[in-house]
Amino acid sequence: MKILVAVKRVIDYNVKIRVKPDHSDVDLSNVKMAMNPFCEIAVEEAVRLKEKGVATEVVAVTVGPKAAQEQLRTALALGADRAIHVDTSAETDARVESLGAAKALAKVVEAEQPDLVILGKQAIDSDNNQTGQMLAALTGRPQGTFASDISVEAEGDEKRLKVTREIDGGLQTLSLALPAIVTTDLRLNEPRYAKLPDIMKAKKKPLDVKTPEELGVEVATRFTLVKIEPPAERQGGVKVGSVDELVDKLKNEAKVL
Amino acid sequence: MTVYNPPIRDTRFVLEELLESRSLTLPAFTETTPDLVEAVLEEAGRLASQVWAPLNQIGDRQGCRLEGCEVQTPQGFAEAYQAFVAGGWNGIGCSAELGGQGLPEVVASAVQEYWHAANMALALCPMLTAGAIEALSHHGDDALRSRYLEKLVEGGWTGTMNLTEPQAGSDLSQVRTKAVAEGDHFRLTGQKIFITWGEHDCAENILHLVLARTPDAAEGNKGISLFLVPKFLVDEDGNLGERNDVVCTSLEHKLGIHGSPTCTLSFGDREGAIGYLVGEPGRGLNHMFTMMNEARHKVGIQAIGVAERAYQQAVAYAAERVQGRVPQARGGGPATLVQHLEVRRTLLSMRSRIEALRALALFTAGETDRARQAEDGIAREQAEMRVDLLTPIVKGFSTEQVVEIASLGIQVHGGMGYVEETGAAQLLRDARITTIYEGTTGMQALDLAGRKLLRDSGTALAEIIDEVEATSSELEASTTLATLGQALRAGAADLRRGMALVLEQGRHPDQGPDAIQAFATPFLYLTGHVLCAWLMGRSALKAQMALHDTPPDSAFYRMKLSSADFALRHWLPLGRAQLAVIEAGVSTLGELDSEAL
Repeated sequence: MKILVAVKRVIDYNVKIRVKPDHSDVDLSNVKMAMNPFCEIAVEEAVRLKEKGVATEVVAVTVGPKAAQEQLRTALALGADRAIHVDTSAETDARVESLGAAKALAKVVEAEQPDLVILGKQAIDSDNNQTGQMLAALTGRPQGTFASDISVEAEGDEKRLKVTREIDGGLQTLSLALPAIVTTDLRLNEPRYAKLPDIMKAKKKPLDVKTPEELGVEVATRFTLVKIEPPAERQGGVKVGSVDELVDKLKNEAKVL
Repeated sequence: MTVYNPPIRDTRFVLEELLESRSLTLPAFTETTPDLVEAVLEEAGRLASQVWAPLNQIGDRQGCRLEGCEVQTPQGFAEAYQAFVAGGWNGIGCSAELGGQGLPEVVASAVQEYWHAANMALALCPMLTAGAIEALSHHGDDALRSRYLEKLVEGGWTGTMNLTEPQAGSDLSQVRTKAVAEGDHFRLTGQKIFITWGEHDCAENILHLVLARTPDAAEGNKGISLFLVPKFLVDEDGNLGERNDVVCTSLEHKLGIHGSPTCTLSFGDREGAIGYLVGEPGRGLNHMFTMMNEARHKVGIQAIGVAERAYQQAVAYAAERVQGRVPQARGGGPATLVQHLEVRRTLLSMRSRIEALRALALFTAGETDRARQAEDGIAREQAEMRVDLLTPIVKGFSTEQVVEIASLGIQVHGGMGYVEETGAAQLLRDARITTIYEGTTGMQALDLAGRKLLRDSGTALAEIIDEVEATSSELEASTTLATLGQALRAGAADLRRGMALVLEQGRHPDQGPDAIQAFATPFLYLTGHVLCAWLMGRSALKAQMALHDTPPDSAFYRMKLSSADFALRHWLPLGRAQLAVIEAGVSTLGELDSEAL
């Protein structure tokens, strides 16, 4: 069984986000970048499936600038066998939106024919929560999103994927025909730390670079980014004299009662 | 205690820009590329900051407990150590044939700083193991090496250094522990004290390297041999067998590093502890000292790690604590501490020194790489001389500085720094041991001024001073950095004069070299100050060059220029004052009767 894992290079979750003074975008200059935490969970799950003997090969893929190869190297250090970089450096707009990424990934899926594709449910930069679903639609494969548990089960000679999903009311369990698409939720697993010997070995693992043109897809963004605004700064609080005053304020000022 | 952010940007500046990745050009490291080094720093930093650092304060509060003969380390320490072992970090600097990763010393040292900053008490455990690996790989015979080395390099077993006895501290000729031959092994009896990580619950076996005397051995240093005493005996297939006759009888109550068990070990309470001779009989001290340079360098690195943590802690507090008003606007809005110039001066003083000490320690590690791996024999020899010369400075100067820096860290917190909750006080308490173990500052100073300098009549240091002067000239040629160049030139001249006085004293017909003790420590400080200033001068040149291309992280380079300016114009003058102390000579102390004190 071959697994394809998609990873995205995003601003590190520890970094305090700054907006450019002209509000044109988030300020990414000299900011620590890292693998999207949901993608780390996706890589971890794929590696665990390989360790269990369920998967035979794990291929990591990213759609992004040259620097995104750092995140592919991280995936390789964590246990992926090889990597594919869809290099968007030559694009006029560096941003890749969900549909562009999904189209590029669909081409990679077509070429690689993985039995399972695992993606993070969303990336912490744009929070779109779209790419996995779009990829499922483009490839016509069944999808199990927001997975908190997955297992491959045999049904006769057919293998099916059992996916437990976190939904508003509780947990939903699906049985998907393979090949399938899965997106990860936070509780699926706890990603490991990369080991030093594996970091060293990652350098020698194959990393293919392809351009969107070579794949025959258009990844250019269709949106215009109008404005980015940081969240409003917290206003100073006030001390209330009595419970009555508090209730009054909650009713008439905050209008929450 | 605040979170710890590994100073990866500054480490990379030192490795890639200041030292120009020179170690990576050595033939042994062709596969080590700058991007690999970056990935290594990032991942080590993650484990250090996310797993090790949160345990630092817990370790301090809980300390270690002795129950029977078993030592319980603080909650979480065993798991954190195992995560380190599973990550393969223990063998970072060990050669591939020993099962390590064979990375350059300069990279291994940079990473060690992160472990010590995150959790000095825990980081001592692998630090001692590294010493045992050195001793065993250089001096152990094939049988010992094949049975024990792999597990040590992997970290599954840990190592200890058993030197000190109640009557044998800095003077190891007084060692009394006995080793009596019995078949292919020896039986040891005696007591060792101050054994760091001598007993613990973080690994399945502990290998003690023990200095002891055979019954027929000569008095003094020449009668001491080195033995390997495992906690659990190991059979030919590497399986753990019987518990050996060595037990922990007590733990010390210490000022700091509470998470590190400092043990009294008793050998041979029953039939005698089984031990194996390492190297040649009677050469135990020599064998121990082959690893001393490295161990001392590691303590210097450790000091820099703790200093960095103290700085980060102080900056975080100063940025939040509101006291007083913004000085520029009379009656203006409330100000945080960092908005006061005096507090900024203190913080810059901490930061500038840490950056300088880091540069010096990693420069020395780079020389170690050249000493081991350069193709040219003369280059290896020259690098070796430099490592010998610089090691006591890295050890003695970094550790004395961390005590001051951690103390300034408390100062920035005001009264809250004296209260344990903030965590600032722990860093000072932890750091205080570094000026003592692996040879006190006084011993480092004597090693530098009394041995290393006299040995080659100052040749190695004179060569470095030539380089310091060359850097002065480069700085003087720049319009913006010229004042730094003048400051550095004056420092270099002082160091030359100080060196001449030490050499002169060494040749003194009546007083002899022993009298160097009167000003060896001031000489160590003077050398440390000038060499740190030199590397900060070079850093300034690199930063200025980088700023020409308006890089995205220009703020980093501007900060580097501020650090360099402080190091050369505010800090170096304090070091230069040491020359006056050296010039005062031996007269004051020479006439002082020891009984008068």
